[in-house]
Amino acid sequence: MDHFPTNWGRPRNDAFDAYGTYPIAQRPKNDAFSAGVQHTQQPIVTGTSVLAIKYKDGIMMAADNLASYGSLARFKDIQRLHAVGDNTVIGAGGDMSDFQYIQTILDELMIDEFTSGDHQTLGPAEIHEYLSQIMYARRSKMNPLWNSLLVGGFKDGQRFLAYVDLLGTTYSASTLATGYGSYIAQPLLRKAVEGYEDVLTEEEALKIIENSMRVLYYRDARSLNKYQVATITEKGVTISESRQLETSWSFAEGIRGYGAQTQ
Amino acid sequence: MENVFRSPGFDFSNELRNNFMTEKGLPLPKATSTGTTIVGCLFKDGIVLGADTRATEGPIVADKNCEKIHYITESIRCCGAGTAADTEFTTALISSNMELHGLQTGRKPRVVTAMTMLKQMLFRYQGQVGAALVLGGVDSTGPHLFTIHPHGSTDKLPYVTMGSGSLAAMAVFESGWKANMEREDALNLVKAAISAGIFNDLGSGSNVDACIITEHSTEMLRNVEMPNERVQKERDYKFRRGTTAWKKEDVRKLIVEEQVTILGPGDEMDIS
Repeated sequence: MDHFPTNWGRPRNDAFDAYGTYPIAQRPKNDAFSAGVQHTQQPIVTGTSVLAIKYKDGIMMAADNLASYGSLARFKDIQRLHAVGDNTVIGAGGDMSDFQYIQTILDELMIDEFTSGDHQTLGPAEIHEYLSQIMYARRSKMNPLWNSLLVGGFKDGQRFLAYVDLLGTTYSASTLATGYGSYIAQPLLRKAVEGYEDVLTEEEALKIIENSMRVLYYRDARSLNKYQVATITEKGVTISESRQLETSWSFAEGIRGYGAQTQ
Repeated sequence: MENVFRSPGFDFSNELRNNFMTEKGLPLPKATSTGTTIVGCLFKDGIVLGADTRATEGPIVADKNCEKIHYITESIRCCGAGTAADTEFTTALISSNMELHGLQTGRKPRVVTAMTMLKQMLFRYQGQVGAALVLGGVDSTGPHLFTIHPHGSTDKLPYVTMGSGSLAAMAVFESGWKANMEREDALNLVKAAISAGIFNDLGSGSNVDACIITEHSTEMLRNVEMPNERVQKERDYKFRRGTTAWKKEDVRKLIVEEQVTILGPGDEMDIS
């Protein structure tokens, strides 16, 4: 018998919580709507690696223009780098629909901050903290936003670069890469950048990024040779136009067969 | 009861036995794996092979300085990744067979011969022999570099990497390999590739081994680079003589009395 008058007439689950002891927000809902609620099980339209490095003037981030549908190169003109305000860029790999949702949330957040009228802007550290809270909360509800994100920015003379993913894992370093980039590009980025973060010029940083994007195009089967580079410095955010990668396939000229074949 | 009739094709009765045992609760034994970064690179005069020196048993480092570049013949060497026992025994077997083959044919052995022997053996075992190999050498037809996967497929390429650190090493190769490199450049590229594996892959570590094979010589550079030397311990842990006080000393000879009697013609081996 349920003694609490406030529970009479309300949806109840005698199997789970006979006396209404769980607060209303935590009661399992068995209505027609909840029967149709789905949790993200697997990413569908996906983006591959994102790379980012710290250099003398700020942060440089790069991502290709491909959104794959499994093994199909479905959308070849997608921008996976998104500017948030004047001093932050986020780059996303993983599910593209979840990334579009994140973009919407962040844009609405920036608008709300502006309309509050206190003339304070959200910098990269705040964006990163906000995102990591969202990502971890979603993972704890077993319904993650299936992305690995890099947040890079420049505010008050400080460079900021950090990572957050679908599990809520966060870390920060002077070189970061998501997806296959962490296996293929990260060794190259670490070798080229570690120790030289305050010395590398924009041209040198661009060359490092370009070289890593080229190696990724050679060795990641879900990548594209069209990519964009975002640069965040004290002057603000610039996301470049799409560039093409120069590749060399001449190493294969002399190869015949896979073993003993000579012709 | 032994089945005397051997039907043609593959025999999967061991598979049945293994599945049965796994279901009953006895899992297959875990083998020592080499983790590993191994590489091979073609340059102007021949081949450079490279390997790290860490052998792992799950998350533990079993051997800090093992040798992963195995001898096949005088001018053919093979790097091995995967299950350590499998790479050791497979390369030793093929090395032995290559020697016999060379004696039988009267010719200097060729790299494609070793490659064919290895791939036919690995295919016969359907991937159960966990050996992923980088085979390289110079013979009468020139320098050759192959990769052989555990299931028996081979690739012929001018630069290759295998093992858990292969992505890191391949990234270095893709950035730096050019056709017809000089010996110094090739060796430096191989050292950089193995170092990328050592520092960015947890299955690889310790030192860099290299082997340079040309038409005229094979040079084995064991521990050519040692970027992970243990720092000297700050304290000396020996005890000073006299730390333990003693009251009495007594030395007794174990041999009280000795009499040598020579029997027969002495210690020489009897060959009558």
